Amino acid sequence: MSSLPAAPASDAVLSVRDLKVWYGTTRGAVRAVDGVSFDLKRGETLGLVGESGCGKSTLGRGVLGLLPDAAKRAGSVMFEGQDLITMPRRQLRALRGPKLGLIFQEPMTRLNPLMRVSEHFYETLHAHESDLTKQQMRRRAIDTLGEMGIPPTRFDNYPHEFSGGMRQRIMIALALVLNPAFVVADEPTTALDVLVEAQILRILADVKRSFDTAILLITHNLGIIAEACERVAVMYAGRIAEQGDARAVFARPAHPYTRELLASTISLSTTSLHYIPGAPPDLVDPPSGCRFHPRCPDAMQVCPTRHPPTVTTDLNQRVDCWLHGPDDEIPAGGTQPLQQEAIGVADEA
Amino acid sequence: MPTKPETLLSVDDLQVHFALRGGAFGRLFGRDTGSVRAVDGVSFDLRRGEVLGVVGESGSGKTTLGRAILRMVPITGGRVVFDGHDLTDLKESQLRPMRRQMQMVFQDPNASLNPAMDLLTAIGHPLRIHGVTDDEDQIRREVCAALERVGLVPVEQFLYKYPGDLSGGQKQRAVIARAIILGPDLLIADEPVSMLDMSVRAKILELMLDLKNELGLTYVYVTHDLATAKFFCDKIAIMYLGRIVEYGPADEIYADPKHPYTQSLLKAIPEPDPTKSLPRDLPRGEIPDAAVPPIGCSFHPRCPKAFEICGWESRDLRDLIERHWLAHPDTEFDQQRRVVGNIDALDVPAVRAHLPAGVGHTAADVKDLLDQIRTDDPREPLWTGVRDVRPGEGGVTVDFRDDFVDPPLYDVGAQQVACLLYRPDR
Amino acid sequence: MTSEFMAPTATTADAPTVRRGRFAGIRRALAPVKEARGLPKWVLYVGLAIVLIFVIFAIFAPWISPYHFDQYLDSHGHRFPKSVVGGHPSAKHWFGTNALSTDVFSHIVYGSRTALEVIAIAVVISMLIGVPLGLFSGYYGGPLDRTLVLINDAMFAFPSLLLAILVAFLLRGKFSFLGDSFSGIMSAAISITVIYIPQYFRVIRNTVISVREEPYVEAARVLGAKPRTVIARYVFGNVVQNVPVIATLNAADALLTLAGLGFLGYGVQPTEGAEWGYDLQRALGEASGGVWWTSVYPGLAIVLLVTGLTLVGESLNDLLNPVLRRRQLLPVKITGPELEMANADAAMEERS
Repeated sequence: MSSLPAAPASDAVLSVRDLKVWYGTTRGAVRAVDGVSFDLKRGETLGLVGESGCGKSTLGRGVLGLLPDAAKRAGSVMFEGQDLITMPRRQLRALRGPKLGLIFQEPMTRLNPLMRVSEHFYETLHAHESDLTKQQMRRRAIDTLGEMGIPPTRFDNYPHEFSGGMRQRIMIALALVLNPAFVVADEPTTALDVLVEAQILRILADVKRSFDTAILLITHNLGIIAEACERVAVMYAGRIAEQGDARAVFARPAHPYTRELLASTISLSTTSLHYIPGAPPDLVDPPSGCRFHPRCPDAMQVCPTRHPPTVTTDLNQRVDCWLHGPDDEIPAGGTQPLQQEAIGVADEA
Repeated sequence: MPTKPETLLSVDDLQVHFALRGGAFGRLFGRDTGSVRAVDGVSFDLRRGEVLGVVGESGSGKTTLGRAILRMVPITGGRVVFDGHDLTDLKESQLRPMRRQMQMVFQDPNASLNPAMDLLTAIGHPLRIHGVTDDEDQIRREVCAALERVGLVPVEQFLYKYPGDLSGGQKQRAVIARAIILGPDLLIADEPVSMLDMSVRAKILELMLDLKNELGLTYVYVTHDLATAKFFCDKIAIMYLGRIVEYGPADEIYADPKHPYTQSLLKAIPEPDPTKSLPRDLPRGEIPDAAVPPIGCSFHPRCPKAFEICGWESRDLRDLIERHWLAHPDTEFDQQRRVVGNIDALDVPAVRAHLPAGVGHTAADVKDLLDQIRTDDPREPLWTGVRDVRPGEGGVTVDFRDDFVDPPLYDVGAQQVACLLYRPDR
Repeated sequence: MTSEFMAPTATTADAPTVRRGRFAGIRRALAPVKEARGLPKWVLYVGLAIVLIFVIFAIFAPWISPYHFDQYLDSHGHRFPKSVVGGHPSAKHWFGTNALSTDVFSHIVYGSRTALEVIAIAVVISMLIGVPLGLFSGYYGGPLDRTLVLINDAMFAFPSLLLAILVAFLLRGKFSFLGDSFSGIMSAAISITVIYIPQYFRVIRNTVISVREEPYVEAARVLGAKPRTVIARYVFGNVVQNVPVIATLNAADALLTLAGLGFLGYGVQPTEGAEWGYDLQRALGEASGGVWWTSVYPGLAIVLLVTGLTLVGESLNDLLNPVLRRRQLLPVKITGPELEMANADAAMEERS
């Protein structure tokens, strides 16, 4: 059904196919990620956006295998010819750091307050590239920090001697110093001020060029996607509703959810307030068919009956929406507007 | 201070200084450990029905300002006059009855409702606190009315819910219901939507605008987000390091921002439009430590337009040298780092900076390094503020201009701007 | 056709609506106990079962126990055998008799009454004093707080048993107006209370200090609530969940202290009631002569009751402490799309 080829694209660093991540709870299985496929090329940044509770963070962690034991994964995550899902845990752990990186939202909690910045770098480098001399390690660390705008004079300072933005730069440097091929950045600028956020976004753009790293950038801010990503994937209720070239998606959103999300973003050019009624669904018992249909202004008769197959538009966007057909799969009368139940504040996010 | 009849809130030279808790020894021996000027001389008037946006980054003092207006933090100077009453020196017991008229909406809806109270009790509690009524039925009626007003309908579905059972947007509605149940005049909204999801922000903002019109509320909207403030505010006060740096009608400020800081803030908001991208000349660095603010204009170390008299000083020199090394991180750094001795000597704020020479190096070597830095980037504004660079005993002394000015708010058209670019004699 | 598929949001529709009532708050606080599963649940149940046995002993002592605890003559006026001369456990004396010819089983049963009375009084009094002190000290801070913390720390530094002995010594005979049996229990309980007040004080004060900074407490002040109201309505309800945990854990510890006091002769006197610590002390001398039952049974009783209370306390801590309480994750099986449809159909049928 998916229009993505079963085999990973030849130039892809990371190929995710039909990834599912489910959690068991007392109420039943939470389908946090439920059939997600995407490819990431070398040096490319894919922005992953959606409301909270759509499974963005779970997807990011699920790809790296950083989930609680009770979470079950299915599908495939091909990275450099190996499937990260079936890979033994030890082997996966050895890949994290030198090949796979993660940048967190809250940098202070990830830096050891009792260790100098230099010691953090020595530890990381020593663990994965033990043949380096101390002088080589220092050189590598200072160069990487320099790329992030941390002056070499601050190399031996403690984490608390840095501001929040500086710490996040250090965290990014620490994730990139081993030159990983793929990095997940989970809301890396959410805790920062707008000016510092802008600085870091610019750095991320520069870094991509010099490190040739593929980045999965998770954010709820469409402005950041527009700024930092070539491609964007819009996630809703555990699935990717639409993905494609960022310019194309922003200029001509193919999925009504993307369109509504863009409209409800408040930016300086916003002229009127707009919002999406209701809230993302409970992932234990998601709506049938297209999961967005209860909130969708364009819902049709066919939407609740079957999940739409992935269709590629003429702008090369891959979208799961019946508005884009395929028409031969829609039963007669399926395009009639759907009578929806009014959504009250009771269901609001 | 005389209060015009339509002025609801008047803040005059308000100061909130927090004493710094030094180390245990410092406190033991009563040593003066300095203070943080969280709010440092803020003045404005707010008319009934107006919305003032207080905008700034974290550490700008905007939240403290909001709390100080309600006297939730101790005021160390200046006055707050609300509806003709001077709140500054009132005792807490005298203040309590006045709290009916001034309420607050908090940033984190998940924490601003008592988790152990259902909505009926929580929203009705202000009525009991102020002795409006103790009658269960009347409280219930008023709570229902408030819930309806904030859109939490059908009310029966919400009356007995606990905060833990509600979504973020619903909680914030409940907080607003609690704030309006006593019919206040002034509402301080401290980042009311920043923790909410994109898809509900607009709903809560719309609700607050509706309430303003229906109930004739006056708002102080504290936020870091210029985009939502644009929608919401009649007046904008941009704060930086405890002071208002630009103040004026919202339309004017968005159309023609005057202060370099306001200009950068507006440019730094990432637009959801990939064809636009962030400018490259954004201010470097972050808000400095409020305990030892920069000399002169607080913004000058980050300002792309800073010039001679903005208050150049020793710490700016350190930043400049570090930036130089950042641009030449390789062998040059290791070699040049040895030329300079203890660079931390520059961390003490002063207009005369002494840069010691490293072991085995002379003052002339240090001077050469500074000259090289200057030739590398002659347009660096710091040099405009340097009077003299002279080698001396064990290092180089750099004299900065001591006729710097700490800019007050200058009137520029409809705005007031604390920037020397707008000094009348310039 | 959409109504069946309306998405119930995780937060609203599925949350059980808690009915309002007198004890709604308490029921909410204890809700995690009801939802408990796995090991903590079993630990709690085992602990509760053990404690329950002793509670039944204590309440129905006169009916359960074959003899009174200081009874040494049977109904015919014959003296029971002494421990060393034929006092073995037998059909007549299940756990044997002791050196004073009294029945060991009866001592165990009446001993539970003494133990639980002392524990209950000690726990209630130290709670009544420690909790309010902690509330006020934590909320107001300042010199009052500093002084109380200092006293509190000094008491922690003092060996607790020594403190209890000192207080017991001072209190001896002070409660004689309560009658013979109760005066001993009262003075033992109060000696123990002195040790446990600081524990309530410390835990409550520290929680209050963190709760005090919560926005909802600030919100209450913005509303114009008086400090008294803020403490009673906004702070108390959010620190009180610690109390059951400390209370049960303290109860276990209190029992050991009571036995220690008894063992040293400063506890409940033999004329005032049966007390396991005292019995143990009496049994010591005989143990070398092969009389094992006089020491093993009281010892076992102490160990069992302490274990039971500790199990309850620890499992309550696991269940009620938000730091330790992690979201329950269960094993899950990922099913294919066909199964998914079947599940959805089943779920729909269930709902309709």
